[in-house]
Amino acid sequence: MSSRWSALFFARRKGNGEVLPRYGRSVAAVIAVLLLAAVFTFAFARLQYGWDWGAVYRYRHKFVIGWLVTLAISASSLVASLVTGMCAALAQRSLFLPLRYLGKLYIELIRGTPLLVQILVFFYVVADAFGVGNRYAVGILTLALFAGAYISEIIRAGIESVGASQLESARAIGLTRRQTYRYVIFPQVMRRILPPLAGQFASLIKDSSLLSIIAVNEFTLNAQEVNSFTYSTMESYLPLAVGYLALTLPISMLSRYLEGKYRYES
Amino acid sequence: MNLRVTGLVKRYNNIAALDGISLQVQDARTIVLIGPSGGGKSTLLRVLAGLEMPDQGSVEIDGEPLPYSEEHLIRYRRGIGIVFQAYNLFPHLTALENVTLPLVQAHGYQKAAAQEYAMELLRRFQLEAHAQKKPFELSGGQQQRVAIVRAVAVKPRFLLFDEPTSALDPEMTAEVLDIIAELREEGRELILVTHNMGFARKVADHCLFLGAGKIVEAGPTRQLFDEPQTAELREFLSRVLKY
Repeated sequence: MSSRWSALFFARRKGNGEVLPRYGRSVAAVIAVLLLAAVFTFAFARLQYGWDWGAVYRYRHKFVIGWLVTLAISASSLVASLVTGMCAALAQRSLFLPLRYLGKLYIELIRGTPLLVQILVFFYVVADAFGVGNRYAVGILTLALFAGAYISEIIRAGIESVGASQLESARAIGLTRRQTYRYVIFPQVMRRILPPLAGQFASLIKDSSLLSIIAVNEFTLNAQEVNSFTYSTMESYLPLAVGYLALTLPISMLSRYLEGKYRYES
Repeated sequence: MNLRVTGLVKRYNNIAALDGISLQVQDARTIVLIGPSGGGKSTLLRVLAGLEMPDQGSVEIDGEPLPYSEEHLIRYRRGIGIVFQAYNLFPHLTALENVTLPLVQAHGYQKAAAQEYAMELLRRFQLEAHAQKKPFELSGGQQQRVAIVRAVAVKPRFLLFDEPTSALDPEMTAEVLDIIAELREEGRELILVTHNMGFARKVADHCLFLGAGKIVEAGPTRQLFDEPQTAELREFLSRVLKY
């Protein structure tokens, strides 16, 4: 009896691989969800709290607007951060040495300081000095610079993981450096860096909540406002969790799908 | 081909891989480089391939000096075919795409024309069924044959092979060597680094024996194998032919 049960719960090692029991995957998933649900049900049941969803529901449009703004900001800074990251990664491999060190400096400064400080400095000091008043543009650019530093390190590691023999083959058939990047390095890099890139994008979406401190009308700011109107803290912030999940889950699912689609062994 | 090398030196971290190589070969069809590992034969081949710039000395092939700048070397490399030991192919491209990439990007073919021509070559080398496969779906021998097709496709002046079979088992070695022999029969000029002495003897009309970064002995292949003049070559041959 016990062996039949344990056989359902355990994967077995076989050589270098693993064998899963027949319904093991679905049973385990259900158990994991039930466990988590049990913990939270218990916790919320113990909570002495006067739930009042009605007060928050009256401000539902604020959630919708905030969510859409977050979606727009995330999407734009996502694209911009990819471009920034790619430029910084290439700069670090540039033959022009000042550019190389500019790239390194940028990455160290951004990765070593809090995003909160970066947002304040970029908005109140840098953007102000250059006469850029649009807080949305500044917000998007700051996020792109922030995420770009991490993405450039991901790309750089990806480029370095393409073997020397590949570069040699590319030279041997007479490709220029530019062609080598375009047809040999980047296609291989893109497939290898998809998982860490997806993680970075999910972080970027959540980090956009910090733009609330420069009054960008995004999701978190709206939830904060609803909270201050209604004093219903839980009811204001729980939808936030759901809203951000709705943005980040599709990204990790898309990444998993693309990973499977582009699979090849090298 | 006529090959003329004068005072060639190539150092890696102050260790001389080529230590003053001079040689002259006239009217050779197939040149084979043999010698112990670390003797400099691969380095010499890489210099001839335009992949490595020598620290000193000069190389002249059919009267044309090997260029020294990377831009000119790119053009030079486009004119020859190079096949390495292994891992030649790009893993993210199919066999067909591997062959068409240099045709389209480096030789100005239209995509459709390149595909048609590449298919024709793959058919000729019995690789038609594998055209749409990625390298990991092919055996080592098939991968190496595709790499040879890619090198041949650009209609090179001559072909260079750097130990093309040392990563393969005997059966696959045979299928790759068959193709190389076939290319030789077609009258293509080859320069080849190999550990396969039987094959070297069979296909090459000219042989260079390198050791410690120097040419120890050079001459017609038959002469080197049948009547080695130096103690080094005698010892080398007795060692590699022992089993």
